[in-house]
Amino acid sequence: MNTPTHIPNAEVLLKTLAEKLEPLLRENTALVGIHSGGVWLMQKLLDLLAPTIAEKGIEHGTLDVSFYRDDYAQRGLKSENRPSQIPFEVHNKHIILIDDVFYTGRTTRAAMNELFDYGRPASITLVALINRGGRELPIAPQIVAADIPLDATQNLQLVQNADNSLSLQLINNKAQT
Amino acid sequence: MNNPQLDTDGRLRHLLSIEGLPKKILNQILDTAESFVGVAEREVKKVPLLRGKTVCNLFFENSTRTRTTFEIAAKRLSADVISLNVGTSSQSKGETILDTVDNLIAMHADMFVVRHSQSGAAHFIAKHVPDHIHVINAGDGRHSHPTQGLLDLFTIRKYKPELHNLRVAIVGDVLHSRVARSEIHALTTLGVPEVRVIAPKTLLPAQVEKLGVHVFHDIKAGLKDVDVVMMLRLQNERMNGAMLPSAQEYFKTYGLTQEKLSLAKPDAIVLHPGPMNRGVEIDSSVADGAQSVILPQVTYGIAIRMAVMAILSGGQPSASQGSTSQGTGS
Repeated sequence: MNTPTHIPNAEVLLKTLAEKLEPLLRENTALVGIHSGGVWLMQKLLDLLAPTIAEKGIEHGTLDVSFYRDDYAQRGLKSENRPSQIPFEVHNKHIILIDDVFYTGRTTRAAMNELFDYGRPASITLVALINRGGRELPIAPQIVAADIPLDATQNLQLVQNADNSLSLQLINNKAQT
Repeated sequence: MNNPQLDTDGRLRHLLSIEGLPKKILNQILDTAESFVGVAEREVKKVPLLRGKTVCNLFFENSTRTRTTFEIAAKRLSADVISLNVGTSSQSKGETILDTVDNLIAMHADMFVVRHSQSGAAHFIAKHVPDHIHVINAGDGRHSHPTQGLLDLFTIRKYKPELHNLRVAIVGDVLHSRVARSEIHALTTLGVPEVRVIAPKTLLPAQVEKLGVHVFHDIKAGLKDVDVVMMLRLQNERMNGAMLPSAQEYFKTYGLTQEKLSLAKPDAIVLHPGPMNRGVEIDSSVADGAQSVILPQVTYGIAIRMAVMAILSGGQPSASQGSTSQGTGS
């Protein structure tokens, strides 16, 4: 039995992430959360960094990358997807993408492709709560709260609890071919 | 009897009629369409889902509007689209439907959108095609026109999200309508408590009450306090024999005017599948009025067709059991 390494408290990590993110918040910047975990994180970050966000006029939006995923041909559409909402002009904006667990980089690629269909951003920065290792593309987050290297059979997920708090859940999938 | 629309895993494989679709799939289509509405409002109105796929519009019967909306939907999904008016090409030379289909499969078509004046044509093609090919019914005879039914549902849900509290009236030529029956099924499946049909006896199918609807022959009584008025087109071209005295007479009795509409709830919406016969089933002042959602229906129709194609096309046939994210490499 492969017991998980120490799984940190998501709310504590979130505070670290907020501290690291704050210096990046300048004028003409927008936060974009990737469904679902990235959106939960973004909402918390909007609260934690509210004064700076108001001062710099930081806008925000959400992306559901279902229509841009590279595994659509194998897996099809998920039965649940939500509309992406980008209520601001992407052209020339500094975009900060927010994801929960960075793994292969394929979600980030999909998110970038989708963003470019809204306009040409000035820059894109990737922020993730955790980098679990295992990337398959030349993409990496610039800011993470923790690095937790995991095995391919393990699956780390961000979960939203009934009281609106966030926590991390590690699932071990043994039988994988 | 198995449902030809679903694969062995219960996923949508063809869209042939609304009847037989579980609530889960109806909601999946409507929810996915919600995401596609936003795509049409962006700078780039396309997503790459159907890149490299070929969608073939097979129209054995003319319908410019339906064909156009399917074409736009497929193109916004990045598919290549071929539209064939088969009535005017091979069929007139004596080729059978299945020969036409086989030839297009040999050209690597991936999806067929089928319109035919005969009921069951799309089913017939769906039974014939190999596993990786998908068929969408774009209207067959009097039988079914599922994407029209779905876009009506979507429009209703958009304006009146509380389906559990709605009173919906379907007005007009239910007998010849492709959508009325599917619509009644779908509305009931999604929890609409009261569906009424309003029509003269001659334009109602026998035993329509068995579908669980309330039947009215008097439009004034029927429209009282409804939230949604769905007008049906008077199907002149399908009408044989004297079912109606005259168009003017019909308008007087069943045509939707502001006066009759005022009997419905003040915020009731009016739908019409188009093309409209102004002055026959609907008055211009209603069609162009504040309560009309007839043009939004057209816009949402694209999103619905995109959703259906996107759901059908993705994923491998259920033969690949226990698939991983890595694909099969075949």
